[in-house]
Order: sequence, then structure tokens, then C-alpha cells
Amino acid sequence: RGSEICFKTQPGHDKEYVGFATLPNQVHRKSVKKGFDFTLLVAGESGLGKSTLVNSLFLTDLHKDRKLLNAEERINQTVEITKHTVDIEEKGVKLKLTIVDTPGFGDAVNNTECWKPITDYIDQQFEQYFRDESGLNRKNIQDNRVHCCLYFIPPFGHGLRPVDVQFMKALMEKVNVVPLISKADCLTPGEMKKMKDRVREETDKYGLKVYQFPDCDSDEDEEFKQQDRELKESTPFAVIGSNTVVEARGQRVRGRLYPWGIVEVENPSHCDFVKLRNMLIRTHMHDLKDITCDVHYENYRAQCIQQMTSKLTQDNRVESPIPILPLSTPDVETEKLIKMKDEELRRMQEMLQKMQQQMHEQDL
Amino acid sequence: MLTLQPIGQTKPKSMPGSKQGHLPHLPQSACDLSGVWHTVCPCLRKLSAFEVNSDLTTNVSIKPLTSDLQLEVEVEASVQMEEREGEDGVEQPPLCPIDPNTQGIIKGRDLFGYVGIEAVLDQMRRKTMKAGFEFNIMVVGQSGLGKSTLVNTLFKSKVSRKSCTPNYEEKISKTVNLQSICHVIEEKGVKMKLTVIDTPGFGDQINNENCWEPIVKYVNEQYEKYLREEQHVNRKRRIPDTRVHCCVYFLPATGHRLRPIDVEFMKRLGHIVSIVPVIAKADTLTMEERLEFKQRIRQDLEANGIRVYPQKEYDEDAEDRILNDKIRENIPFAVVGTDKEHQVNGNKVLGRKTKWGIIEVENVAHCEFANLRDLLIRSHLQDLKDVTHNIHYETYRVRRLNESNANGLGLSALSLENGTFDKNEAESQL
Repeated sequence: RGSEICFKTQPGHDKEYVGFATLPNQVHRKSVKKGFDFTLLVAGESGLGKSTLVNSLFLTDLHKDRKLLNAEERINQTVEITKHTVDIEEKGVKLKLTIVDTPGFGDAVNNTECWKPITDYIDQQFEQYFRDESGLNRKNIQDNRVHCCLYFIPPFGHGLRPVDVQFMKALMEKVNVVPLISKADCLTPGEMKKMKDRVREETDKYGLKVYQFPDCDSDEDEEFKQQDRELKESTPFAVIGSNTVVEARGQRVRGRLYPWGIVEVENPSHCDFVKLRNMLIRTHMHDLKDITCDVHYENYRAQCIQQMTSKLTQDNRVESPIPILPLSTPDVETEKLIKMKDEELRRMQEMLQKMQQQMHEQDL
Repeated sequence: MLTLQPIGQTKPKSMPGSKQGHLPHLPQSACDLSGVWHTVCPCLRKLSAFEVNSDLTTNVSIKPLTSDLQLEVEVEASVQMEEREGEDGVEQPPLCPIDPNTQGIIKGRDLFGYVGIEAVLDQMRRKTMKAGFEFNIMVVGQSGLGKSTLVNTLFKSKVSRKSCTPNYEEKISKTVNLQSICHVIEEKGVKMKLTVIDTPGFGDQINNENCWEPIVKYVNEQYEKYLREEQHVNRKRRIPDTRVHCCVYFLPATGHRLRPIDVEFMKRLGHIVSIVPVIAKADTLTMEERLEFKQRIRQDLEANGIRVYPQKEYDEDAEDRILNDKIRENIPFAVVGTDKEHQVNGNKVLGRKTKWGIIEVENVAHCEFANLRDLLIRSHLQDLKDVTHNIHYETYRVRRLNESNANGLGLSALSLENGTFDKNEAESQL
């Protein structure tokens, strides 16, 4: 919405018109060229429809050859972190989507601290970015930080279970947590409302900070404000996913076929899938990234630096007002490589410039 | 009015209550406890193989033809035997096992005149109707899987803990504490004392190790109680039976496989109690997913050596085996429970109303609740009790007696008072 600018040029004011109102357009064009990247973490017990939902959201099939472990193998399973990256392009805009999956979470008999591998992973990504940022060469930093975590709450219970509360407590300071009620076709409308109310109540009760939608600007039109309000009131979203296409009301839709009816994934009266998709992709993706960069990453960075300064003072080294960051000293090999690549890049840029100049001269 | 089979005629082709058998047509709202009577009958049906002595005197000696009959008759009607003696005033020789190579069955119509053996059925029926049935069912599963609702739906009355405790709060408790609620429900003159044992807190914590232990302890305690009662000198006529006859284990409808906690629980309890696994809240699975899920569960059960009810080893004859095989092909049943009624095509049905349709609980095309109900109540209720008494309880008893013998102590002071406490004698009595 923000990129559409209609600037009014009034006659007689041309002298005062500077023209920087076109900046958003320029940014838009640049970012379209560069492409976006987004990292999404999905967590929850197995069998809650995580993979199906991700496939439905991004219309891909990320888990084609997945093998389900049988019960014996699962007894000794630990929580793993698996990554799938997929490049999606739509109308010229490129999205590099990374899905981080957590098989094994919450499946064992003893699930104490089963979220630790996940928090470790998130911290690792922050640390890597921190080092890259503090490094000498900052041109090609890869941003692998987790921008959003979808947490799947089973619809079978009566609200949040102990493992849900502990998980969200552990992650709420590190990543944007979006709780979802999975397999929503299990609940009647009345039960759904009760469940949502319970989850909201317990989220407040335990002080869990989940991702809050930013309030829309006061100058937006009423319809948008109304939509925004409805969105906020229907959290946590109750979702259904499907990999199959069925025929309903004369159309082919994504859905699930039961003997007693057909559940349509994209029907807003059946579930909140559309709201989730809109929120995640169409309206709030950038906001999620911003909060990750500005809030969560900064928190991590501040913590890190504090730890380092406290260590330094403990070791009784020279107290300098500026903390000396212990940069990861890359070894000699990689330094050489970096220098070589830099040289190459510079040479290529020079060549490009020369060619452009030549073309320019030819045109003239 | 039940039609009793006169003795000597052919046995009905299949047990009543099975899909092909002739089940008396009852209105759907009936819980149909009268069907339980049919399950009691089998032992009496076999009585039709009684031999009648060819040299008829005023004494009519009733000797069972095969030795296993003795077991059944004793179990069901230990009271009846005494009564019969009193009524006829005729001395009856004690029942003793005969070798199977005796004469063939004499059909009723060959007898000179009407003896009246079939009146036994009547007497038995009257006695059991007066005494009523006892049934103890335990429900195990994580919170929120619909255990209380299913129990209410099964027995068509508010028998669950939720409906009976005032100020019921749906909180997750920190430990597994078993609670049992007892009700007497009556239908068509048949009384049933139903005990529902609930296990809140099972599998709800983050660390669920050993959450099955309180349950194992409880089951064994009930066996122990019964054992002690049995060994009293002055035994009560009817020992109060608090043993768990059936344990319904609720599996969440994940669609994948058995979880580690399911395997651990069923492994441990499959030896001491009859487990009936069900897939809870099955309205979240499509038909294909349901079939695949069930297949994987059956594979997992076999791979882990878990035996659920009806167990293959306890099938008594080919007829049972055929019937039970059909059931075994379908376990675990995918159930949906509710206590709300809606209108469908002009009829009032139990169902769940969603935006995309109404899930009818008693419609076999929708879910398998009707199959579960038939299994638990209409056809196999007595069998569940028998298996608990004859097999699980006996295993426990033998184990305990061996332990006490190994310790060199008697089981308790009570056993010594029995005078001639002989293990063999006690076993033969049973």
C-alpha cells in the first residue's frame, strides 16, 4: 500500500517541487530486482498438519519424499532441525523462502527442554549475522535469521498445554511467534470460539508475548480499519491445510472431502487460512522482518555485547570505553580468497563501466 | 420378551449382536442392555449338548458333555446350582468332567415327555435380572480427546466425571490420579452397575515418563482385593467386582503412527487388562487417511507385540474366530462422540454440526461409534468380563501365589484358616 504514491502536481508550484516523492518507487524497483528472502520456522507435534499447511500457503510441495518414522524409531528420536529452501517468483518479484522444520518436537515420552535445539538454532543464526555484521567485508551478508515462527496448537485439548506454554515462553524473546490452532475442521464453530477465547486468556495469564499486528495508521480508510480489527479479533488463527483439490459448488478448490461434507481451505467461513496467508505474505511480511531486525536481533546483540564486556572487566583487561569486539579472525586462507574475490569484483565493475561508457558514446 | 432356544435344537448360526445375526430391533435411543442377556446365554446354549441317561429313573442326572462347560457354568451360575437342587428336591450327582467319548446328543423331541431343562434359562435370567450386571470401564488418554463425551454417548446418560462433579474445571492436573464414578443404569428391567474410571493427567505433562504406573498399580490393586475376598473363610455370595473389565485407550487422530507414549502404555497394560484402542475425534480424518492410519497402527501394534482385545489366543472356536477376525480387521475404531441432537432429514440424530455438514455419530458411513458400542455393550460385554476373570485375573493370581510360595509365607493369615488350603483344590474350584 505504501508504495503507491499519487503525488499531486499543482500548476505554479513546479519551482518548489523537488521530486523526492518518487523515492518509494525507486526503492520498490530496487527491491524487486534484488528479491526478498523470508525464513519461516514451523514447530509443533507431529501429525498436526504443518507440512500440509506450508504446502498450501506457498502452493509448493516441499515434502514429496518424506518418510514417516515408525513408533520404534521414534522412541529414540531427538529434535532435529531441517531446512528447505525454495525460490518462488510471481509477477517479476522473487522470493527466496526458507522453511525450517522441527521434526521430533514434542513427540517423545519425556519432552523436557525439547525446544532447546530450536532456541539454539535461532541463536546460531543471530550469532552468525552478528559476526558477519562486525566483519570487514559486509557486502554479501546472508540473512538467515528466523523471521517468523508458526506454532501449531493441537485442537484436541482445552487450550494451552504445559509444553505449549514453555515453548512460547522460551521463544517469545527471540522470534515472532504466531500461534495457530491446527486441524480446525475438528471443532464446531461454538467449540472454536471457546478454544480461541481460552488460548487468548491463557496467553495473557502466562504473560506470553506473541506477535501483535501493528495498529493501522489513522489515515487509512474505514474499510481497512474494519478489516484490521477483524484480523486482530480472530487470533489465534484456526487453520486447515490441504494438498488435494476437490470439486465443490461447481469449482475446483483446495479442500478435504468427507462423507458429511467438503471443507474448503480458502473459504473464510470454514477456517482462517485466508487471513493467515494475507497476514503472513501479503500485508505483514515486511513488518515481521522489521521486528526481527529491530527488536529481536538487537536484543540478542545487546545481550551478547553485555556478556562480552562483563567478561572483559572480569578478566581485568584494559578498560576501554568502546568494547573491543572479539572479531572472528578468519584464517589466512579465507582472507586471501576474500581479497581475490574483491579484486575480481572490482575488475568486473570497471569493465561494466567501460562498456556502459562505450554504449553511451555510440548513442550520442 | 426374549425367545429362548429350546434345548436340543440347533444352535443359532451366529452370535446375536453380530452384523449378520438377528439383533432385536430396538429404537436407536435404547442403550440396549437387554442385549447383554444374549451374551450370557452362550454358556447355556452349550448346555443343549447335555446327555440324558438312557435308563431313566426319577432322577434326572445332568452331566455336561465336555469338560470346559463346567468352567462356564460354575462361573456364571454358582448360585443357580444350589437353587436347582432345592427346587426339584431331587438329589443330583455332582458335576464332574466326563471323557468326551460318550454317546451322542439326544434331541429334545426324542425324550419321552417334556423334562423342562430349558426352564433353567428362565431361572437364570430371573436371577441375573434381579442381581444386575456389573461393568467397570476405564478410559485413558490425554486431556481433551473426548473421553467423557464418548462415555456419555455410549451409555446415553451423563455418567462421566465431568457431568457428575460440581464445579468441574478443565485444568490439567500435575499427576495422574484415578477417579471412579459409579452409576446404576436401568433399561427394560435390566440393571447395570456401571463404574467409569477416569485418568485425568495422563500424558499431559512435558515429562510423561512413568505416567502409566498409577494405572498399573490401580489395576493390580483391584485384582488383589478380589483375591483376598476369594480366600476368606466366609466368602460373600457375590464378591464385589471392582476389577477393570475393559480399558478404552484414546489415540489422537494424527494420521501418522503410534506415538512412543502409546506404545509404552499398551505394552505394559496389554498383559493385565483388555485394551480397546480407539481413534478419538476422528472427524478430522478423511476416509483414505483413516484407512491408512489404521493400517499403520495395526502394523505398529504387531511390531511391538501388543495384543489388544479381542486377543487371537482367546478365541474359543471357529465361530468366535470369524467374528473376532472381523473386529480385528477394523480396530482401532474411529469414533466421534457428542451429546447434542440435530435434525437431519426429519429425524433427530446425535451429531456434530459444522459449517460444512453434520457428522452423524450413529451413522456407520460417518464414523465407527456404532461398531464400538456394539462391541462393548451389545455383543462382547460378557466376554470382556469373562476374559478379565478367567485370564487376566488368573494370571495375576498364579503370579501372586507363586510369589507367596517362594517367600515361604502364606498369602495371608486367612489362607491358613481355610484349613486345607491346597493350591490345587483352589484352582480346580475355579
